[in-house]
Amino acid sequence: MTTANQVLSEVEFEVVGTRPVRPDGVDKVTGRAQYGADLDLTGMLQARVLRSPHAHARIKSIDTSRAEALDGVRAVVTAADLPLAALSREDLGNDYNRFKFLSDNFLASDKALYRGHAVAAVAADNAHIAEAALSLISVDYEVLEPVIDVRAAMQDGAPLLHDDLIHTSAMGEVSDQPSNVASYMKFEKGDTAAGFANSDVIVEREFSTASVHQGYIEPHNATAHWRADGQINVWCSTQGAFVVRANTADVLRVDVSNVRVTPMEIGGGFGGKVTFYLEPVAALLSRKAGAPVKLLMTRTEVFEGSGPAPGSWMRVKMGANSAGKITAAEIELAFEAGAYPGSPVMQGATCAFACYELENGTIEGYDVVVNKPKTAAYRAPGSPQAAFGVEQVVDEVCQKLGVDPVEFRLNNAVTEGSRKVEGPVFQKIGLVECLEAARNHEHYRTPLAGPNRGRGIAAGFWMNRGFHSSVNMTVNPDGTVNLIEGSVDIGGSRASIAQQAAETLGISYEEIKPQVVDTDSIGFTMVTGGSRTTFATGWAAILAAEDVKGQMVERAASIWDVPAEEVEYEDGIIRHKSEELSFTFKDLARQLYTTGGGITGTASLDPTGEGNSFGVHLVDVEVDPETGKTEILRYTAIQDAGKAVHPSYVEGQIQGGAVQGIGWALNEEYYFSDNGQMMNSSFLDYRMPTSLDLPMIDTVIVEVANPGHPYGVRGVGEVPIVPPLAAVANAVGHATDQRLTSLPITPGSILEATL
Amino acid sequence: MRAIDYVAPTSLSEAVSVLSANGDRARPLAGGTDIIVQLRGGRRELDVLVDAKSIPELNQIELTDSGLRLGAAVPCYEIYQNQAVAAAYPGLIDAAGLIGSIQIQGRASIGGNLCNAAPSGDSIPPIITLSGEAHINGPNGWRAVAAEDFCTGPGRSVLEPGEILVGIQIPAPAANSGTAYLRFIPRNEMDIAVAGVSSSVVLDASGQTVQSARIALASVGPTPILATAAGDSLAGKGVSDDAIAEAGRLASEAATPITDMRGTIRQRHHLVDVLTRRTLNIAIRRARGEE
Repeated sequence: MTTANQVLSEVEFEVVGTRPVRPDGVDKVTGRAQYGADLDLTGMLQARVLRSPHAHARIKSIDTSRAEALDGVRAVVTAADLPLAALSREDLGNDYNRFKFLSDNFLASDKALYRGHAVAAVAADNAHIAEAALSLISVDYEVLEPVIDVRAAMQDGAPLLHDDLIHTSAMGEVSDQPSNVASYMKFEKGDTAAGFANSDVIVEREFSTASVHQGYIEPHNATAHWRADGQINVWCSTQGAFVVRANTADVLRVDVSNVRVTPMEIGGGFGGKVTFYLEPVAALLSRKAGAPVKLLMTRTEVFEGSGPAPGSWMRVKMGANSAGKITAAEIELAFEAGAYPGSPVMQGATCAFACYELENGTIEGYDVVVNKPKTAAYRAPGSPQAAFGVEQVVDEVCQKLGVDPVEFRLNNAVTEGSRKVEGPVFQKIGLVECLEAARNHEHYRTPLAGPNRGRGIAAGFWMNRGFHSSVNMTVNPDGTVNLIEGSVDIGGSRASIAQQAAETLGISYEEIKPQVVDTDSIGFTMVTGGSRTTFATGWAAILAAEDVKGQMVERAASIWDVPAEEVEYEDGIIRHKSEELSFTFKDLARQLYTTGGGITGTASLDPTGEGNSFGVHLVDVEVDPETGKTEILRYTAIQDAGKAVHPSYVEGQIQGGAVQGIGWALNEEYYFSDNGQMMNSSFLDYRMPTSLDLPMIDTVIVEVANPGHPYGVRGVGEVPIVPPLAAVANAVGHATDQRLTSLPITPGSILEATL
Repeated sequence: MRAIDYVAPTSLSEAVSVLSANGDRARPLAGGTDIIVQLRGGRRELDVLVDAKSIPELNQIELTDSGLRLGAAVPCYEIYQNQAVAAAYPGLIDAAGLIGSIQIQGRASIGGNLCNAAPSGDSIPPIITLSGEAHINGPNGWRAVAAEDFCTGPGRSVLEPGEILVGIQIPAPAANSGTAYLRFIPRNEMDIAVAGVSSSVVLDASGQTVQSARIALASVGPTPILATAAGDSLAGKGVSDDAIAEAGRLASEAATPITDMRGTIRQRHHLVDVLTRRTLNIAIRRARGEE
């Protein structure tokens, strides 16, 4: 059995595609890296948040007087301290609900909408006093019936979370009364009914998935200092400092230039730290107390008070003909938004059938509020749930037709020029290449022997994102280059961005010094998310490097007193066309300060052409028929990276995504009591897989260059979590002869199905 | 968490006097892998922690012809790294080696596992099937309680305020005997048993007939359960799949599980049956010297 990771490259570069050591590595392995919890400022206070014990309750009154009277308590805040409380529907117009929802998730005003919903916060001389003060705050709740299941929330007569939530249909029809449905969408292509009529087999099933958490190891944290001059400084763990800046300013009703956000090192986010919970609260406490305030979540608060990925319900129907072609497909998706609108049902809808050339398709989606924490992004938001349903139905269609599941997918795969159900046309993509790599892989060619075993295969899609990025690059006199960026480094992006800069400048990777800085120190940069950072901030680094190159050429021309057009820059050498005059990058760098001043290259861009990504996963499992326990015997993940800038980090992303997907498939879930209390809000009982539960995840990096990026890069971080849910379900299905349509597929649920 | 007192007595009498003076506001501390977590999580409030790690009687392992005397504060790793103990009591080692994780096993003690009195305490079923006895000291002197009678409810035991578990006495293994413990967890480590079963058998010299058997269950009732009828059903019977299956059925009947986030009633009854059969087979192989 071969277990080595493979990279199937088309094009080789000097630095792009190599595996250098990461710039942040030494600090992290020696424990010196500065995370938010490590921050200590002079006179800093510690804060704690009081959270609702009820999943659904009206807040009739809050009395903080006893907490305020406790020795050592310096400030107490509630929603009444949020500036929004003073603004009316008239003041805010159409923005009212958007601001109210945003603001209420920091501190609940009229209603607590999930257990763990923040209601008040206390800053004190130390955390123990703050903790003690929480129990002195009296909240008068009118407890209401909660609704925690998406289907139940959609029923007539279900408890309403928001009294005024009206949705608009895809056709522009406004609902006539409030409901928990926040939005509805529908996409159609061709004639779905006719497609089903022309099919030889049809499979239709319903699926459901549980709420799951991103499970980042570092809890949310924020430290804020609202200075006497009105400047608000924030230090936090975030995937996007500029989002924290914008939303903090929105909620506190101050100008963005009054807020400076410094992103600290981050201990994982997976999308969950695109959203934030503590920063404006810490800022309000700081203003009241006149001192810096630090606010840390516990693990239980992370589970109960920060965004999980949505639970979902889906109905999937697919028809195919005896030639192995899909004739029609339809899907209905209902996603839990949590307490406020905004589930990724749109993404789920647009990813659902993205792997398949569909002449006839219908997609309907519902965004539904329920009494759970407001959902947040989690790696390819919405796509894993959709794939869990669609890829199982595809597997069953293959069983009914008696065709190989890889061949069937190849026979129906989208390629350049294919049009998706909702409209967009694919540019150059690598699904076929991934499927061919699966078909050719030793794993797939080795038959699976033994009882109670099954092999599953599934494909997955994620669109990836472009968005704004900025990079500044300053040449140092020793020939090194400071690379200043605003993209928080979650998965090794300082390395992958520096590699692209080094490649462009023709100097070594070690001569680039990348640094992530605060929002006052770099141009606008969107979140690290959407698999965009290596693509877009990498591209900004390429453009900034081109800017440096141009200025270096001009400087050389001025030193040599020749026209700049006669000077070339190649492989880190600046050379006059006569070939008699040349500088190495380092030679010229040494002279900059005495020949006209330092050189800084800059770039800000908002690129399109991000290039979609596809993955195909193979998994072998064995199910203990007596206990229902699933063992993962072997796992191979194949993915198109366009160009893997740092193959080790791409492999890490693929392996990490696969592992999170396996956890989602087998054991992870928010386990709620009937009244909406999460019962398993610790890592003991929220069962993420450990290293002992997994085999080595083998990877194959396929490289179908993205024509929309100078080095062919595609984002890689998200798509690897899309196929595992269905791949594992398909494998368990084959091992047990039972189709398991509800996640997680626990030992208990397998026993229920098979006993 | 509020500040509390910490006392590290060097004698049993000193420990008992501190405990007696503080009643239910004091608890002994061995590895702390349960009690510190409970204090920090606000699930228990105390004024005094009495560290047991400096009291000689609580930190000794004695293996003699009459059996094993296990100090209540001896951590798991010291037990499974003691080759003589490991050879004599493999069923106890099954449990000591899977509590928590390697790091936890460096601190966690079997005595603490018993005093924590969790229904899921992994070491309690094998102590019961090995006929272990808890040796308790307190203001009124010494008393001994059979392991199966020690736990009285979730988190509750026979210990009175002022009393401390000093050690666990386990008889010397009978000839041709074997014990095993298995638990079921959805993962492979770092988890709490959905169900756990220990089986202990004494065979005749031929290894073909069961002279006596004890079966004890974890996580399927408010306390660990000695499934007397299941064990007794094997006495005098030849070793057979049928006899083992009957014991599994009776053990399952003895379980009184609930449905919670870790498992359902039906799943737990079923798992007790499966684990009883599996542990009996291991115990029989061990009794025969086959493993």
